[in-house]
Amino acid sequence: MFPELNSILNSTPDSFKSSDFILVSDRRADASFLIHHHLSFYLRAGCKVCFLGLVQSFSHYSAVGQRLGVSLAQAREKGQLVFLEGLKNSIGVILQEDTSQETQPLSYLRTPGAGLEGLFRFVESSVRQSGDGDAGESWGPPVLLIDDLSVLLSLGVSVGAILDFTLYCKATVCSELQGNMVILVRCEEEDADDDEEGSNLLQRGLVHQCNLALHVEGLPTGYCRDIHGQMEVWWRQEGETICNRRKIFHFKVHDKGASFFARGTSSAVL
Amino acid sequence: MAAPVRGMIGSTSIGNTTSFQKKTRSKLVSIPGTRPSVQNGQLLVSSGVSSLDYVIGGGLAVGTLLLVEEDHYDSYSRMLLKYFLAEGVVCGHELFLASARDHPDDIMQELPSPIVDDVAGMKISEGQSQPSDPENPDTMKIAWRYQNQPKVQTALASSVRFGHYYDVSKTMEPELRQAAKCHSFYQLQETPVVTASSPLPSPYHSLLKSIQTVIRKEGFDGSTPQSKVRNVLRLGLHSLGSVLWGDDVCCKDNPAHCHALTTFLYILRGLLRTSLSVAMVTVPSHLTQNRAVMGRIIRLSDTAIALESFKGSEKETNPLYKDYHGLLHVRQLPRLNCLSCEVPDTKDLAFKLKRKQFTIEVSSHQPLSALSPQHTPNSHPIALRVHSYGTSPNPNEQRGVKTPPRLLTSAVSALKTHSTVDTADQRVGCNENDTD
Repeated sequence: MFPELNSILNSTPDSFKSSDFILVSDRRADASFLIHHHLSFYLRAGCKVCFLGLVQSFSHYSAVGQRLGVSLAQAREKGQLVFLEGLKNSIGVILQEDTSQETQPLSYLRTPGAGLEGLFRFVESSVRQSGDGDAGESWGPPVLLIDDLSVLLSLGVSVGAILDFTLYCKATVCSELQGNMVILVRCEEEDADDDEEGSNLLQRGLVHQCNLALHVEGLPTGYCRDIHGQMEVWWRQEGETICNRRKIFHFKVHDKGASFFARGTSSAVL
Repeated sequence: MAAPVRGMIGSTSIGNTTSFQKKTRSKLVSIPGTRPSVQNGQLLVSSGVSSLDYVIGGGLAVGTLLLVEEDHYDSYSRMLLKYFLAEGVVCGHELFLASARDHPDDIMQELPSPIVDDVAGMKISEGQSQPSDPENPDTMKIAWRYQNQPKVQTALASSVRFGHYYDVSKTMEPELRQAAKCHSFYQLQETPVVTASSPLPSPYHSLLKSIQTVIRKEGFDGSTPQSKVRNVLRLGLHSLGSVLWGDDVCCKDNPAHCHALTTFLYILRGLLRTSLSVAMVTVPSHLTQNRAVMGRIIRLSDTAIALESFKGSEKETNPLYKDYHGLLHVRQLPRLNCLSCEVPDTKDLAFKLKRKQFTIEVSSHQPLSALSPQHTPNSHPIALRVHSYGTSPNPNEQRGVKTPPRLLTSAVSALKTHSTVDTADQRVGCNENDTD
């Protein structure tokens, strides 16, 4: 986890907001470093994590987690982490026409038009598993992490089905079980005559549902080697305040973390 | 910086993205033609073009997918594909070539021939008769010279050198070509299989099936016993997305199979991640009407570059570009097993195909008028030459020049370094300005 991001978002593994739906999105940049941050954050906090890794293999997250100080393999063995290996299992679904029970979560590969019910059932069963099973350890509130949701659009699932899925997950994880959700969505450029099934539509729908949105983009002034991009943080305010809080930071991703700084204060410039 | 040695558990399971760590000492057989990356320890293979290897961070990581967006006439992307396959032949890797337009055998016959003194240290397979001349011990010494480099290279002492040079005016010797094992898939000769339950149309489905069969049969996914020597499978897939593959994403605004190519790439990446293979896919992106689809295709691949050639466009007569054949855009670089990726110094790259080298160089534009009289052609700011890995024997000297991020000063540093790196180019024989 990145200490600077923790101070920006005002949360630590010991005290963080629950029932939170965090949306991480990017446009022509790569926001997956934020997913690694949240993964290590919630594992450190002792929560039960359900991770849908749809675009990378387990060893990728495991290698990065090692550098950030958490061991994913150990967490998986202890039962703290439930990992859905999207890439590896999807081969079996498409090529072998495998219809066994384990591939039910990936049923959207066979019939993209049918929706994501299988995936939701998997999520539900993972987060509802009570901690007093084998080792007697009880984990904290459940957390659902998805990397990344927009790849489902490439596989033929409709935007409406994905938004339904996130609503179901939000109702179960956030409202019912007081857990958190972190979802990564990758968008394309804003296109004037974009078709209705675009990732921009998905992102707009999810921003409407979420509590905290982290949007990563490249610098508006062009490519720079020392500043990898800008991140916009948007909080949805509950309560009497009408205006929503919004801040912009520049960041640079290192080997072992990322540093965030206010606009114009990069070490390359100063 | 040597390859990081990490405390990870056994890397012999192929479920990992093939990170072969040095610490499991002699258990692992080093594969010829590969080397570990200095950034994150990934196993890399050369793409056949040394300057392209430099641009994408040292080479292609095994288990990843390189996407090449074709230029308009498919001349340079096809050339890159041939370099990729020729490198596989020279290193002894296995090849899988799939195409829909030209027969794979025709493409194989056009492979460029490797330049001889690079091949001297090469391990030609058993059928080949090596002329026994007294020069041989001396030519072996050239390869042994690299022995004294830091430990990144010494462990691979017995294997072939990384990255070779090719002469595009000659084609590869048939004996050399036939020594390599090549599987081919020619779409027009395949019988269509009706797959009602799959969202993938038939050509893509049969191609994936064929790739999976080869991977399983030849044991690239680790299913064969340890006694067999490990090797890398190079997949070259030509012009995916074109109509000959049964896909209409390139010809229609609202294609019926708009998810076919993206699903194909998703499954292909799954296959690559679970085996010792690397794929190069060329896509005629200039034909797709929908930029969003191209964006998705780029996201689904690991490394993505685009070639834009000047032939036929107004840039051909632009004096800024008179030394080059086209621009090379790096669309995406992968982050494999680490947070940060290889960030290039600059994104303005131009390429030039010469007889003995495919050069990729930094082309920086002067923000002020570049056509003003004080800029003579020789002091043109384009002259910043990038050290390709093949010429510089020291792997730590990967960055020949450090350019500051601001455009205005890059021209100054270019002029400063122009004189120092010129001697390096003369060594390789880059002076010839003729193309094929």
